[in-house]
Amino acid sequence: MTLIAMPEADPTVLARRADIVKELKRFLPETSIIVSEDERRAYDTDALTAYRQLPMVVVLPETTEQVSEILGFCNAEGIKVVARGAGTSLAGGALPAEDAIVIGVSKMNQVLDVDFDNRTARVQAGITNIGISNAVAHAGFFYAPDPSSQLACTIAGNVAMNSGGAHCLKYGVTTNNVLGVKAVLIDGTVVEVGGDWLDAAGYDWLGLLIGSEGQLAIVTEVTVRLLRTAEGARPILLGFDRVETAGACVSDIIASGIIPVAIEYMDKPAIKVCESFAHAGYPLDVEALLIVEVEGSDDEIEFYLDKITAIAEKHAPQSLKVSQSEAESAAIWKGRKAAFGAIGRVSDYMCMDGTIPTGQLPHVLKRISEICESYDLGVANIFHAGDGNLHPLVLYNMNDPAEMVKVEECGAEILKLCVEVGGCLTGEHGVGIEKRELMTHQFDQVDLDQQMALKGVFDPQWLLNPAKVFPLANRPKPAQTGQRVAA
Amino acid sequence: MSDTVRPETEDALAAFVAEADSKALPLDIRGGGTKRALGRPTQTGATIDLSGLTGITLYEPSELVIAARAGTPVADVEAALAENGQHLAFEPMDYRHLYGMNGGSSTIGAVAACNISGPRRIMTGAARDSLIGVRLVNGKGEAVKSGGRVMKNVTGYDLVKLMAGAHGTLGILTEVTFKVLPKPEAALTLVYAGLADEKAREAMSEALGSPFEITGAAHLPGDPARTLLRIEGFPQSLDYRAGELTRDLKRFGTPERLETEASETEWQAIRDVVPLAAPTERAVWRISTAPTRGPAVAAAISNRIDAAYYFDWGGGLIWLACAAEGDAGAAIIREALGGKGHATLVRAPDDIRAAVDVFEPQPDALMALTKGVKTTFDPGGILNPGRMYAGV
Ligand SMILES: Cc1cc2nc3c(=O)[nH]c(=O)nc-3n(C[C@H](O)[C@H](O)[C@H](O)COP(=O)(O)OP(=O)(O)OC[C@H]3O[C@@H](n4cnc5c(N)ncnc54)[C@H](O)[C@@H]3O)c2cc1C
Repeated sequence: MTLIAMPEADPTVLARRADIVKELKRFLPETSIIVSEDERRAYDTDALTAYRQLPMVVVLPETTEQVSEILGFCNAEGIKVVARGAGTSLAGGALPAEDAIVIGVSKMNQVLDVDFDNRTARVQAGITNIGISNAVAHAGFFYAPDPSSQLACTIAGNVAMNSGGAHCLKYGVTTNNVLGVKAVLIDGTVVEVGGDWLDAAGYDWLGLLIGSEGQLAIVTEVTVRLLRTAEGARPILLGFDRVETAGACVSDIIASGIIPVAIEYMDKPAIKVCESFAHAGYPLDVEALLIVEVEGSDDEIEFYLDKITAIAEKHAPQSLKVSQSEAESAAIWKGRKAAFGAIGRVSDYMCMDGTIPTGQLPHVLKRISEICESYDLGVANIFHAGDGNLHPLVLYNMNDPAEMVKVEECGAEILKLCVEVGGCLTGEHGVGIEKRELMTHQFDQVDLDQQMALKGVFDPQWLLNPAKVFPLANRPKPAQTGQRVAA
Repeated sequence: MSDTVRPETEDALAAFVAEADSKALPLDIRGGGTKRALGRPTQTGATIDLSGLTGITLYEPSELVIAARAGTPVADVEAALAENGQHLAFEPMDYRHLYGMNGGSSTIGAVAACNISGPRRIMTGAARDSLIGVRLVNGKGEAVKSGGRVMKNVTGYDLVKLMAGAHGTLGILTEVTFKVLPKPEAALTLVYAGLADEKAREAMSEALGSPFEITGAAHLPGDPARTLLRIEGFPQSLDYRAGELTRDLKRFGTPERLETEASETEWQAIRDVVPLAAPTERAVWRISTAPTRGPAVAAAISNRIDAAYYFDWGGGLIWLACAAEGDAGAAIIREALGGKGHATLVRAPDDIRAAVDVFEPQPDALMALTKGVKTTFDPGGILNPGRMYAGV
């Protein structure tokens, strides 16, 4: 039994399923249409695996034109659409609906154009995040936002969720690194926003589309900013016997005028699991571990590490260890990036994603353990400390319905705490279905109405991923949400 | 002359806007008034003066965040930051030189509303990238908020970005929250002399594609032409990076070095378009394109009209002055761009800005969305009507 309700399916659409499949064959080769239940099964969930729903049909278009035809058809017929990248959303963002067509962009995975002089790359939306960096690494460039899921997740999903990653402290998140998109509106119109220049014209459409969770348009191409790889990078591991001390050390580093590329945090339960997975040399006897990474030439790295060491020493760290080799650095990051997976092998978990002002770290971490204790649930904390983006992984047993309810209540309490101390419900994973009903804790109805009115402008019938983001109660009737966009 | 109201609270502002909406009274929204000449001239019934909404409401240096009411002078915000060795990394341009104003002060709300950035944009992003939270009053008189005070936030649609660069046509910002950064301890600028535009662009592309973190890359044609590359940071690292750059760029000559203060003066002038401020009667355009197209675009324009120009952002931002006659070069400039970029007429007499598209005309589909979005925020069309586009 789960707490989050999905809207009821439209029986008239379900009844037309066979006809709809037939219609889709007009725009798509048979190999791009997935009909059988067995094959659809592969699309019934994302990384929020507690929720599953078979979609009506899945299509895998290969061109923007095909996406345009599919959307035009869906709009005319009133059929819902859920866009999908790699299905790694932790918020249920890609969870299908029973009466929806899933449009997967995985076949559109090519690099279209790389321009080192202008430091941009134009790619199809279904390429993986790492695929972009791999395509430009030979020339010493990379695409900066690096979600831990980067081997699998697509730039389409990154754009939809405005994803971040460990190195966003210095380089920013998706919205700071995308210069242009080609997107298809629900009526099939193809729009191009921005391009290979730094500031797009008009209202900030990129800003609005990035993070709109597949609710405003379907993105088929993305122009990203490339950055030159630093001469070198080195992490330092700082272990503390108290959570509070680690939090204070983070504040002091940032206040000192140094912005490391990353400041990542792990608590004891997380350290244990990650160390046994990656053999990274994490200290096992500390309560809290910081991975702080700096970049530059050898001299610059020395200089920054000396400064950071001096700051850390004021907090009497239990252990302090600078990575001595590239292999050691790689192992340190492998452990961090595999953290969710490693914990997943030990227990089911619900991954929270609230952000808090970094000054609140000690208080909030203490409250999180109290909250989890009160629900009798375990918790492991692994997160981006430099920007206050927390990821408590609340451990539970997915097969126990009572625990399922408990973990969602526990998670909700943690997220409300984040909002209370001046933070927000989600820092990088998105609202999806998971945080949908909590939105009223962060926003007034007026705030939500303004956002929903924008959805109405782009998608008057609320066909694009409609079950997500906004609490089901108090939604406008689609017809009243805005004006139909002229074709 | 229209009436001016000067609300001192967001509530008072909201009440006034609600009333104006019910009376269909169009409003001119005014911060410090330094950018009144930016955008199309508007016909309004009343002016909202935001100078009563001032004050820094939150500043946590160790969390790199500052929030201020929209009418707060930028200078106040910058002074508070400077006390803690911090700054607005996007280096907002000051329009007063361009508009020949001595007094007045830009407000932090206008910096957000007009997405005003400077040379460091190539490294640290634009104003919209540092803006993390807004409060606003929409055209119905409703107080709306988006974003917040934390560095990472994807909760709901990003109205913060939508507000940045909407020039007050969607909402009246009442409070803005910015992410801030430590101010680099030192700066060093390498100046190469005598490079032709395309050669200079090559030098800038090469520098920007290096790992040495260029925070400014500008080219000023002239006699001699000057190409400037800025690096910033701890003094210890500047020497090393300057040395590496000088070696890598050897084929472009031997650069002169400007240390921190001289460097700052130079970049302030580039930021504020001082090189094109006089003669004051000329029109000034701000043209954005990919750096590699910059020199060709500038050449295509100056082959057809008498134009003075310089490049910032590695060649991707062209500031261009030409005669304020006819369409002030609009057709020729936009033809040279060929849709691959956009041009904004930032200085011209009212009659020209009323007749010419001040902002790049948008494709039909985006214009339809522009109108749709405007309607959701401001159904009566009373906020800075027509400032960006006719009818919006
Ligand atoms: C182990 C693990 C680690 C993770 N680490 C991070 C992390 O460090 N940082 C982080 O930010 N996230 C992280 N995530 C979350 C997730 O990977 C990101 O949200 C990612 O961007 C999702 O990409 P995807 O391709 O899997 O998209 P999907 O999950 O398929 O879809 C995500 C959303 O995008 C929409 N969408 C997909 N394609 C399109 C399109 N073409 N047009 C419009 N909308 C579209 C979907 O409708 C959905 O709402 C992690 C997830 C896992 C499982």
